[in-house]
Amino acid sequence: MVTSPITRSQISPTSLPQKAKVQDFSFYYGDFCALKNITMPLCEHRVTALIGPSGCGKSTLLRAFNRMHDLYPGNRYEGEIVLYPDNTNLLDHRVDPIEVRMRLSMVFQKPNPFPKSIYENVAYGLRVRGVKKRALLDDAIEEALTQAALWEEVKHRLRHMAFTLSGGQQQRLCIARALATQPEILLFDEPTSALDPIATAHIEERIHALKDQVTILIVTHNMQQAARVSDLTAYMYLGELVEFGYTDEIFIKPKEKRTEDYITGRFS
Amino acid sequence: MSLQKIDTKIRADITRRKRLDQWFSLLGLFALIICVLTIVILLVDMCYDGWERLRPEFFSNFPSRHASRAGILSAWVGSALVMLVTFFVSAPLGVATGVWFEEYAPRHWIRHLLEININNLAGIPSIVYGLLALGLFVHTFGLGQSIFTAGLTLSLLVLPVVIVATREAIRSIPTAMREGAYALGASHWQVVWDHVLPYSMPGILTGIILGMSRAIGETAPIITIGALTFIAFLPPAPWTDTWPYMHFEWLNAPFTVMPIQIFNWTSRPEAAFQKNAAAASVVLVTMTLLMNGFSIWLRNRLRKNLKW
Amino acid sequence: MSFSSEQRVVSTRLAKRKMRHVSEKIIETLLFLSAAASILITVGVVYILVRESVLFFQHVSIVDFLTDTQWTPLFDDAHFGIVVLLSGTIVSSLVALGVAIPVGTVVALYLSEFAPSRTRNIIKPTLELLSGIPTVVFGYFALLFITPLLQSVFPELPGFNLLSAGIMMGIMIMPLIVSISEDAIRAVPMNLREGSYAMGATRLQTAIRVVIPASISGITASYILGISRALGETMIVSIAAGMQPNFTWNPIEPAATMTAYIVQVALGDLPHGSIGYQTIFATGLTLMLSTLLFNILGFWMQHKHRERY
Repeated sequence: MVTSPITRSQISPTSLPQKAKVQDFSFYYGDFCALKNITMPLCEHRVTALIGPSGCGKSTLLRAFNRMHDLYPGNRYEGEIVLYPDNTNLLDHRVDPIEVRMRLSMVFQKPNPFPKSIYENVAYGLRVRGVKKRALLDDAIEEALTQAALWEEVKHRLRHMAFTLSGGQQQRLCIARALATQPEILLFDEPTSALDPIATAHIEERIHALKDQVTILIVTHNMQQAARVSDLTAYMYLGELVEFGYTDEIFIKPKEKRTEDYITGRFS
Repeated sequence: MSLQKIDTKIRADITRRKRLDQWFSLLGLFALIICVLTIVILLVDMCYDGWERLRPEFFSNFPSRHASRAGILSAWVGSALVMLVTFFVSAPLGVATGVWFEEYAPRHWIRHLLEININNLAGIPSIVYGLLALGLFVHTFGLGQSIFTAGLTLSLLVLPVVIVATREAIRSIPTAMREGAYALGASHWQVVWDHVLPYSMPGILTGIILGMSRAIGETAPIITIGALTFIAFLPPAPWTDTWPYMHFEWLNAPFTVMPIQIFNWTSRPEAAFQKNAAAASVVLVTMTLLMNGFSIWLRNRLRKNLKW
Repeated sequence: MSFSSEQRVVSTRLAKRKMRHVSEKIIETLLFLSAAASILITVGVVYILVRESVLFFQHVSIVDFLTDTQWTPLFDDAHFGIVVLLSGTIVSSLVALGVAIPVGTVVALYLSEFAPSRTRNIIKPTLELLSGIPTVVFGYFALLFITPLLQSVFPELPGFNLLSAGIMMGIMIMPLIVSISEDAIRAVPMNLREGSYAMGATRLQTAIRVVIPASISGITASYILGISRALGETMIVSIAAGMQPNFTWNPIEPAATMTAYIVQVALGDLPHGSIGYQTIFATGLTLMLSTLLFNILGFWMQHKHRERY
């Protein structure tokens, strides 16, 4: 399914088919309110970018999707993040975070392949789900590595340790690892900030190719990257969602002055 | 004129202070050399004294009233068996405790209490553990003066070392590894079993081996539980010819260990036995140094593939 | 393989989820029990020492125990004055610390402030290896090397004496003091030193006036741990100082420490439940309390040290 470029003259972003919706979501680190009443749709088969200056809460929002904050004590969620079509509230304490993480995958800022072989890295998500059959694993791993545009480079050295790969290759390995479990949403936390420009270009090209198959939410501090890669953009400032809309609208004619100040570089 | 006087005064002061500095530097070097030299001389003297006893028969002979025929067979076999028990008790218990502290323990007063308790255990003199073993293990629990009791007692000494080593090793794993595993939908125990334990294994193994190299030289607790000093027989071997090819009678056997044999020979007035003591000491010190060296080599070897 | 969102197999794995929760809980409980077992050890030590000492103090009054100047538990006219054994422990420990503390501190200071880093990198692991030598071997050295050496200088020195034992103990404890003190000294931030050097001070002046005061609680913590080690040392004193209780403050004489007495009794054959048997627990209790005191002191000092910067 190829999506045609959508511009502001057509459908409003909120009426696009949605994969998830953030509804009145607030997040507290102890007493400190890090996110204030965020309401935002996550449109299916689109790339949504979260941009904003340091400390605005974009990574906090991203990590709430797959309940990463549950790993550390003292955090509190208010509001909902609803996953469609089954209307599950991901933040509900009755929903097992492990199940949430089985439906959503994450790629981290600094490539973090496990100190295992390339094969085992990609296989781990499947092993955790109880997949044991060699044939199934082999197929899934080849598929995932192809999706990450890494297969040709590593197919003859799958048993080598992951750290023998370059930084850009390691990040693509992490993408393959995330894809192997067929997630419904793929979360990217500043995936290219630790990479050189050529590796960055590879990753951006992958993100663009993958959106037909999986909904993507990407946090980036690089505005040009957001402009290149995303269909929709959310601008955040100090824990609030300031503006949300089509990327080209936000970048060409933002509605809020705060957005305009950030885009034009009055602060960063 | 007066400026020159001040200059000379200051220069003299500087020279004086610098000379003091150099004297202290020499003193420090001297002290260092004396210390290292003392121990080296002692070790060399020990080797020299014991050299003529270090023949193959030394390792295969039992102790005897004739110094030249006495050997350490029962001692080193006893040490090996006791170490076996110590390993199987202290390693699982120590690693499990370390894992609990780093992965599961909530911020609760119980955790603080347990931490303080373990720090305290490390500072208890080893002979007090011997008293604990004598009163509780030997008599109250009725385990007798056996290899099992000895192994259990030494485990108490090794336990704090293993716990600390496990905790340090687990703490050195970067959060990025953990988060990557959780993000793929792994449960807590899956993360521990698939990632935390394998990546901390080099540090854990080093700690276990270092702990055991300490335990192998411990004399006081073993004397206290009543290991006999003249053992001219071996405990029954752990294996048999019939099913299930293994038994545990040896755990109950009386025994002796290397440090006790050394103690026994050192305490004899005859100079001939002192040679035996020297030879046995050479063996024991070599065993200890080998274990230390092995643990370091092992850690370096296993760390080769752990890059993050 | 397609990425259809119908792959929500999670909801069909309800039973597996419950099973996983139960097994995770079981594992967590098992791990907690392992950690809690360490409490049992402390409980065991306290229990056995107290139980046997209580039995002991039913026969002997505490006042007698603390004030009697003879220790003859196995005679018909038995005396139980712990001071006798304490004197042995204290004298040997004082000799040991008299060797270990000055030498250890000087070496620690030298390694940290004066020595080139190559020296330090060779010496530190060497000292650690040396501290791994079993104490029974140190006992052998003390009896068969140090005592004859001292006797060639002082011919009246008895074969068993507290001096040789103390000196050997000092050499044994020294790596501990060097290691901990040196870590404490190195932890002093460089800019404190730079402030002193910038004013024209020499290394020695900086070390004495700036570095040592800044790391004093770490250094004293190492001393206290050394004291604790010396109090609990068993084999060196048993072998080199003899095991005859002797109330003396003179290091040239033989004497038994608390630890050596326990060894002597254990080597013999005392029936379980006899007064002689109970004396070792009363002695052990005294030893335990002394080392506990110093351990707490040492721990408190190290804690204070951590809050400095």
